[in-house]
Amino acid sequence: MNTPIRRIAIAVMVMILLLMSNLTYVQVVKAGDYRNDPRNQRVLLSEYSRKRGQISANNQILASSVETNDRLRYQRQYSDGAVYGPITGYYSVIYGSSGIERASDSVLNGSDDRLFGRRLSDLITGRDPSGGNVVLTIDPNVQQTAYDQLQRNGYTGSVVAIRPQTGEILAMVSTPSFDPNPLASHNSDQQNSAWKADRDANPPVLINRAISETYPPGSTFKLIDTAAALSSGRYTPDSQLTAAPRVTLQGTNTTLENFNGNACGTSPTASLRDALQRSCNTAFATLGADLGEQAIRDQANAFGIGQSLSIPMPVAPSTIGDIPDTAALEQSAIGQRDVALTPLQNAMIVATIANGGQVMAPHLVKEIQSQELDPVATTEPDRLGRAIDPTVARTLTDLMVNNENSYQGAGKITGVQIAAKTGTAEHGNDPKNTPPHVWYVGFAPANNPQVAVAVLVENGGDRNNLAATGGAVAGPIGRAVIRAALGGGQ
Amino acid sequence: MAAPDTRSEPAPLAPAPLPNGRGIELVLLAFAAVLVTGALVLVEANQEQQLTRSLLFVGLAYLGLFTIAHFAVRRFAPFADPLILPCVALLNGLGLVMIHRLDLAEVDQALALGRDVPTELIGRQVAWTAIGLALFVAALWLVRDHRTLARYAYTAGFAGIVLLALPGLLPSSISEVNGAKLWIRVGPVGIQPGEFAKILLIVFFAAFLVQKRDLFTTAGRRFLGMELPRARDLAPLLLAWGMSVGVLVLENDLGTSLLFFGILLAMLYVATERVSWMLIGLMFFFAGCTIAYHLFAHVRVRVQVWLDPFGDFANTGYQIGQALFSLGTGGVGGTGLGAGRPDLVPFAESDFMLSSLGEELGLIGLAAILVIYLVLITRGLRSALAVRDSFGKLLAAGLAFALALQIFIVAGGASKLIPLTGLTLPFLSYGGSSLVANYALVALLLRISHAARAPLPRRPATPLPPIAEAGTELVERPR
Repeated sequence: MNTPIRRIAIAVMVMILLLMSNLTYVQVVKAGDYRNDPRNQRVLLSEYSRKRGQISANNQILASSVETNDRLRYQRQYSDGAVYGPITGYYSVIYGSSGIERASDSVLNGSDDRLFGRRLSDLITGRDPSGGNVVLTIDPNVQQTAYDQLQRNGYTGSVVAIRPQTGEILAMVSTPSFDPNPLASHNSDQQNSAWKADRDANPPVLINRAISETYPPGSTFKLIDTAAALSSGRYTPDSQLTAAPRVTLQGTNTTLENFNGNACGTSPTASLRDALQRSCNTAFATLGADLGEQAIRDQANAFGIGQSLSIPMPVAPSTIGDIPDTAALEQSAIGQRDVALTPLQNAMIVATIANGGQVMAPHLVKEIQSQELDPVATTEPDRLGRAIDPTVARTLTDLMVNNENSYQGAGKITGVQIAAKTGTAEHGNDPKNTPPHVWYVGFAPANNPQVAVAVLVENGGDRNNLAATGGAVAGPIGRAVIRAALGGGQ
Repeated sequence: MAAPDTRSEPAPLAPAPLPNGRGIELVLLAFAAVLVTGALVLVEANQEQQLTRSLLFVGLAYLGLFTIAHFAVRRFAPFADPLILPCVALLNGLGLVMIHRLDLAEVDQALALGRDVPTELIGRQVAWTAIGLALFVAALWLVRDHRTLARYAYTAGFAGIVLLALPGLLPSSISEVNGAKLWIRVGPVGIQPGEFAKILLIVFFAAFLVQKRDLFTTAGRRFLGMELPRARDLAPLLLAWGMSVGVLVLENDLGTSLLFFGILLAMLYVATERVSWMLIGLMFFFAGCTIAYHLFAHVRVRVQVWLDPFGDFANTGYQIGQALFSLGTGGVGGTGLGAGRPDLVPFAESDFMLSSLGEELGLIGLAAILVIYLVLITRGLRSALAVRDSFGKLLAAGLAFALALQIFIVAGGASKLIPLTGLTLPFLSYGGSSLVANYALVALLLRISHAARAPLPRRPATPLPPIAEAGTELVERPR
């Protein structure tokens, strides 16, 4: 019997070796992944016993840690939680973190390499280690205005404002929003119930619509068609396009019609300038078909569509979808079918036009500071490439000025020339009976742009408002945000 | 009338007593006590506790109990292997420290949330340790020769099956905890009879296989170079398989089912020395797995969670996901005893003791613990090799392998090497039945190692005197 017993002994050793190898894999190879997983609360718990850095914007403190008496020594506090919630994110012992709290975690918790020197001096002087601070590019005035504009009307939507020359994000709003304060509570019951309420809220509140959701851009996509057309050299603002009230999509029996089935003006053809101003679908569907899929796709990519960005939160890539045939191209050219952009992406497009065609990387973090508020690193504007020639940008600006001056709607600012485009995008399974998503994108002042804005309001702002349009619903919000950014009151 | 016995030789000089290792055992026990006390002090320091009375209580209880155990071994099994008891003492001590440490975390949590402070588990576990050691001493005292156990083989087998099946047949209100029907609960005390059934069935199988060994080794048909057993000899395999499946169906317990099947397969292999039995057994095993996978939703869930614990992290994957976070956070060196958050893992003190230790002691600590287990098991297997009777060999091999397989199943489950099944880490995890039963198991191993290491009893040395020196006797002629 001794031979089998010896073999059993070998088998036992093999089993123990297997366990050890697997533990080595888990505790050494995968250790980093597990340790830094946002669902792993351990890191968070140990961080709670350190003073976490603050998040601020323009000298206004948005998130900070204050000392408490309980075991988790510091309590995270947010001023104006709901206004800034989508930006700061939450920081919960149980549910992990989001937003800047998560994306700039290494700075806030003090482990970032750029803070190394400070850590070392903490170690030597015996001072309690604490995290670095993050200063945002946000302009609190613009942010508050944008939030109020959406929230006051009970809209579900998003506003993004960008400084065109640098890519600094001046406002990033998503409504309805959430208050991160109860999620940071040290009372787990309170934390629990707040989490459940936030998670189950309808419309959802924990999602940052500006960067995590994509929407059909509708007519705002015509800016890309126009950019492609002008860049091709075959079109000028005066080129004539069809003015037919409806066209049949190539190779199908489906018709595509203009808004309300109107003809594009009184003549049989309309100029590119007029077609963009009146946002004629038939004209742009035909234009898209003429330019071809590649030209549209290249132009869209040049504006950043399809790119993965981090601001430093990851941004959902926008897309123009698959375009298998000309009929699909005609639909895509008017920003329908599978075209889907984040509000941030749409703001980037107008910001790029405002910046003479140069795409700037959008970013939220202006500066990283040490524990003593000394600057450690500043974000330099980053060029992502050129989307259009400056001349094309200038022409597009003129066309958009022409648009804005023809738009009805409240909130016009005397003395400030805005360049803009509205959009009204169908969506859902029953598009004709679902209120459209409405857009307003623009920048101002047209001759010296200081701010570029994208406004999106889901479902026209009202479940029953089938006739909602970008001009009527989103336009006034966009103008109010521009006014705030240019230093005017609300 | 016999003449005075002047012829016998003078008694030979008593040989120097053979070194029996008891001294080494005592030194190692003291070493274990130092390690455990050190661990306890670390926990207290890191948890910012003062030298509380509970600390003193735990430390003293530990020292006292193992000193008693040592003297029991000295008295009843003086030649027993000297490494086995210190290994067990160290494991049990570390387990107690960890349970105490998790108690502190629970109390902290309750205080932070303003809830009622939960009952500490450490008191119970110390009590169970005492009961376990009492059973250990009793077993050493009662079982003076392991071969007597063979006489009660069928009684043990019957009792084992009854104990195993009992929770499955009892109403769920008595027997079910967390979905597994493994318990018999009377008032606040719960017992898992399966833990005791394990030992009884190993005794039965060892005796049964030794008795029927020749039967199994009679050649069956040869096929592909293997000697296949005859159909009627397959009975023990079928029995083992049936029992495992029965446990699985009645009691919802994958771990125990796997454990039993594995133990019996290994014993069958040791008894028959036939690889063919192993292969057939493994075929049974895989067939059983496949059937179970298709029949039982909870088996499918386990496999799913094993393949991708983070796919459903919020629900089914939570336990194993948290365990992996715990192990990963511990890394190579661990966070230090009392400095981690092992309490975030559900069942941190029982099924997931591995991750609790892994988080605070790190890979280094876990490797050390696994090596202690390996020493314990190989000492058991060594006794199996050295003991002279077949029953003893088979029994020791079965008991040692039972420990090994249980460790593999629970440690592998908690670290995502194999699908998770609920079992306890012997001596480390919280749980009375497991602890007490494992003490009985170790007592039997010590008993067999004593038999293996004890010098052969000397034959009575009364050499016949040379014939020439025999005296003459006057024999009267019968009248």
